[in-house]
Amino acid sequence: MTPAAGGMVNETKLKLAVHIGGITMKNPVATASGTFGFGAEYAPYIDLNQLGALVVKGITLQPRAGNAPPRLVETTAGILNAIGLQNPGVEEFVDKLLPGLAGYDLPVIVNIAGDTVQDYGRLAARLGQEKGVAGLEVNISCPNVKKGGLQFGSGPDMAAEVTRAVKSATDKPVIVKLSPNVTSIVAVAEKVAGAGADALSMINTLLGMAIDIKTRLPILGNVVGGLSGPAVRPVAVRAVWQVYQAVGLPIIGMGGIVTAADAIEFILAGAGAVAIGAANFVNPRATMDVLAGIKQYMIENGVQDINELIGAAHS
Amino acid sequence: MLITDARIIKQEEILPGFHRLTLAAGEVAAKARPGQFLHVHCAADRLDPFLRRPISIHAVDRQRGEVALFYRVVGRGTALLAAKEKGDQLNILGPLGRGFTMPPGKGKVAVVAGGIGIAPLYFLLQELGANKISADVFLGAATGQQLFFGSEITGLGHNVFPATDDGTAGYQGNVVSLFARGPSDFVYGCGPAAMLQSLCRVIEKHKIRGEISLEERMGCGVGACLSCACKTRGQEGNCRYSRVCVEGPVFPSGEVVWS
Repeated sequence: MTPAAGGMVNETKLKLAVHIGGITMKNPVATASGTFGFGAEYAPYIDLNQLGALVVKGITLQPRAGNAPPRLVETTAGILNAIGLQNPGVEEFVDKLLPGLAGYDLPVIVNIAGDTVQDYGRLAARLGQEKGVAGLEVNISCPNVKKGGLQFGSGPDMAAEVTRAVKSATDKPVIVKLSPNVTSIVAVAEKVAGAGADALSMINTLLGMAIDIKTRLPILGNVVGGLSGPAVRPVAVRAVWQVYQAVGLPIIGMGGIVTAADAIEFILAGAGAVAIGAANFVNPRATMDVLAGIKQYMIENGVQDINELIGAAHS
Repeated sequence: MLITDARIIKQEEILPGFHRLTLAAGEVAAKARPGQFLHVHCAADRLDPFLRRPISIHAVDRQRGEVALFYRVVGRGTALLAAKEKGDQLNILGPLGRGFTMPPGKGKVAVVAGGIGIAPLYFLLQELGANKISADVFLGAATGQQLFFGSEITGLGHNVFPATDDGTAGYQGNVVSLFARGPSDFVYGCGPAAMLQSLCRVIEKHKIRGEISLEERMGCGVGACLSCACKTRGQEGNCRYSRVCVEGPVFPSGEVVWS
């Protein structure tokens, strides 16, 4: 559609549902892994049922203690973090955390991370048995763990191998989360698509670092960390744009989304859904504010169905 | 756990760089417990600085529905906060975190404050005073001018023992060594990490108990992002990273593992 084409829309019949690789989301607004805990942390602030999807904190086979502090540095319009995948491990997640989400009417997507290709396969097999899991987001690209993580995300062949391992271990929809810390994100996306991924999410954080000029030492306990927040948004929009053009898979777009305008930019670039990350820290209601703003934009611009906007900037 | 736009009633610069900000926030005042904090959006109209700033609740007037923050200007966020004026709105999230518990039994209570560490302890002293518990308050500062709220604390029914690094008021030297001279049964502390570490050592040595309030860089303030990690020891002696924002900022003194 063209911006001027919008006619009157039926406000009560706005179509917000989107389909991401076999997962139906009632609206396009999800949470970004690692920024929303396991959902319960934000239940006092928003009705979780209103989310399009909940993507939980990254889960590993064994519990992880995480990195030594400091784990966070605020940078210009952004944040650098190096949490180090602190999580209780898959068994405790399944036993103690997942049941608490069963009462909500929303798809729960579990982010998984491993040190080896086998780890990913085992995680997928384990979580694949759980009814409460709607899909898996495969973290091939966390910059904050020394083993695995980044190496997988960096190489297209390894990314494809991880994707195949996960796909062969489960029937659940598999979303592969791509790293921007690569020479060509399109090359990785193409390989991952060829390996059977159902959808893609992007971008993970950008590898960065900060130094304290008083102590003359790196600030983060992990020395390097992942940059997110508004500072990275143009990089993320570009990644979504390029991958949408080259690969036919649905995309969950993320990277510095704060407002509905930011989210719509991603959708126009080709994202079928968006995830809100660092903005949750500042505004616990950010997801709801973005959703309300998307509806407002649709009404004002005569868009009856959100799917009309996906990739609309590619004329 | 509220998100509120609170009106600023007063912004006082008590000393250059040290501010007391009073907010009209009735619901927060009603709910807040000593040791809890507010996650303050110092620049709600812009994206930089991006994050909120965790600032402990300094004083509460439940009848008037007022909450005060006492803070030092240390960076971009607090500088923007200090520039706000009476009548401005301030977006706050809170009250958040686990606060102080009331002292067990009827033993002697001590409160040890290092510098700006008096901020959350003042609210505690208000509550102790309201419960007719008189504490020995060891107030430490770099210099006499920075010994804050001594007369108000006396007015709440407590005994104040000042210590300064330069000897311009009270005992010359470290506030923890002043505290270590006298006996007490339960201790509350807040201040710089090195001071709290030595306070915990004294508490352990004297086989008494206490609670300390920690400071750490925070993201969300609600337990989701795992940024504000502090190494703690569980009851079985196993160590893990706790979240200062929800498991703290107040911890039993024996739980904290110092690096």
